[in-house]
Amino acid sequence: MKIVVCVKQVPDTKGGVKFNPDGTLDRSAMLAIMNPDDKAGLEAALRLKDQYGAEVTVITMGLPKAEEVLREAIAMGADKGILVTDRVLGGADTWATSQTLAGAIRNLEYDLIITGRQAIDGDTAQVGPQISEHLNLPVISYAQNIKIEGDSVIVERQFDDRYHVLKAQMPCLITALAELNEPRYMTPGGIFDAYDAEITVWGRANLVDVEDSNLGLKGSPTQIAKASDKVRKGAGEKVVLDPTESVDYIMDKLLTKHVI
Amino acid sequence: MDFMLDKKHEMARQLFKEFAEKEVKPLAQEVDETEEFPRVTVDKMIKAGFMGIPVPKQYGGQGCDILTYAMCVEELSKVCGTTGVIVSAHTSLCCDPILTYGTEEQKQKYLVPLAKGEKLGAFGLTEPGAGTDAQGQQTKAVLDGDEWVLNGSKCFITNGKEADVYIIFAVTGMIEKRGKKMKEISAFIVEKGTPGFSFGTKEKKMGIRGSSTYELIFQDCRIPKENLLGQQGKGFNIAMHTLDGGRIGIASQALGIAEGALESTIAYVKERKQFGRAIGAFQNTQFQLADMATKVEAAQLLVYKAAMAKQTQKVYSVEAAKAKLYAAEVAMEVTTKAVQLHGGYGYTREYDVERMMRDAKITEIYEGTSEVQRMVISAALLK
Repeated sequence: MKIVVCVKQVPDTKGGVKFNPDGTLDRSAMLAIMNPDDKAGLEAALRLKDQYGAEVTVITMGLPKAEEVLREAIAMGADKGILVTDRVLGGADTWATSQTLAGAIRNLEYDLIITGRQAIDGDTAQVGPQISEHLNLPVISYAQNIKIEGDSVIVERQFDDRYHVLKAQMPCLITALAELNEPRYMTPGGIFDAYDAEITVWGRANLVDVEDSNLGLKGSPTQIAKASDKVRKGAGEKVVLDPTESVDYIMDKLLTKHVI
Repeated sequence: MDFMLDKKHEMARQLFKEFAEKEVKPLAQEVDETEEFPRVTVDKMIKAGFMGIPVPKQYGGQGCDILTYAMCVEELSKVCGTTGVIVSAHTSLCCDPILTYGTEEQKQKYLVPLAKGEKLGAFGLTEPGAGTDAQGQQTKAVLDGDEWVLNGSKCFITNGKEADVYIIFAVTGMIEKRGKKMKEISAFIVEKGTPGFSFGTKEKKMGIRGSSTYELIFQDCRIPKENLLGQQGKGFNIAMHTLDGGRIGIASQALGIAEGALESTIAYVKERKQFGRAIGAFQNTQFQLADMATKVEAAQLLVYKAAMAKQTQKVYSVEAAKAKLYAAEVAMEVTTKAVQLHGGYGYTREYDVERMMRDAKITEIYEGTSEVQRMVISAALLK
């Protein structure tokens, strides 16, 4: 079985978000990590590899620095890493990103493509399903459990208060939730192997069946007008009243502010 | 000369740090309190490949270098000295001598499962009457047919009751050296469960309380002839060479403890307020921290230099001795200052620095006291 896993290097939002003066993310001031949902997707692929035997190829689009997440993936047990990087791909929104990744994946043989549900920097959850559309594949999103049965996958798809069990014939695409599993640690020896491994680097010229008009900033229907950090709330007001007075006080506040 | 770590070492450090924070730190206080060997953590370390970091892949290890191993012990010890020494004793004192002196059969039989973590290793040199003076050994091994018969006891053995494979030193005869009669010492590989091999008392210790420190007792313990490690009579050299490597592990442990105490103290002085200001705003605190940080970094450079020396040189006794001497003394000094800067709270077991100060003390004692390190260093100077 051949599995392609799409991963993204994202800023670690745990340490807080930092912005440039122009409102864009200051990525250099934030630690870069493998997107958590993608890491769960990779772990799912590695478990399928452990269980059924598989070749796991990890692919990312990003700056040259994004090869770090590919090496991390190899240190966890992935077999190959492909970095898609090119100046003309910069500024891509979800549409242009999925076009790029689909264009790269067209070069590969695969039974299964796994992406994370969404990235913690954009939170759109669009790229995975869009790739499946471009490649004309069935998609099962929000996977919380994955099993293989013959040439099909059986996936538990998370849904509000329950889950759906879906079966799809491979090749297909699955988007994974961070809750899917607890990703394994890299091994020290895996890290050494990862730095000996050759990362395949592809540019625009390697993308198959993709129009220039669908790439990079120019190919992105979404344009960011302004970005800002969360608006800080005021200090708030603390009052000590008995329960009856408290209710009156709150009701009065809500009415004044036209909440009710 | 470049003091920067390369990318793979940076990534390895990141791995060890993440593992230590997530898996080891939450248990550190409990391990100290209950004096229980952290088996759960060891099982996780086995899965993560931490038990055979510098062992070549062909023998079940990770095929990394000594520096990576040193960083692993350092990061583990930052949050828990007990966990650091479990890896150090296993790797430096058991895997390493088998890798260096073992026959191919011994490597396949013992090193492979040790490096994979399927078995845990220990090292028995110290005896009640033979610590620094290894010539005081009383444990004897006599060849009887195809078996060696061991009699005697070992004390203060790290990983004591938890280990599966032990490197044991014993007297195998007398030799004359420069007109003086001396004991001939040999090294052996002994498996847990061998009839005649039992455990004595468990030591109640000041620090590293979760590490399993036991007395080992050998009463007519018969082991196969082929379990002699290295040549007969070369035991003293094997022990000394093994301890050179072990000192790098303990130096890394000491370094980690010092770093952990420094980190805790930096966080604390920013929060703790006295006279209306964070105590970090007082120059006394600032100067103490500056000294602590400078010494910690100096220790780190010595430890990493020793690790690189073991990687590239045949003899690295002096580098290892300097690293252990300095890192251990820095660990003691920095943890003591850390407790002082924490004030009354630092003296309570609610704060990590109290445990770290107790854990630090042993690094000045085991695998060669600071005095022994000074002997090694000065002997090389006056040669």
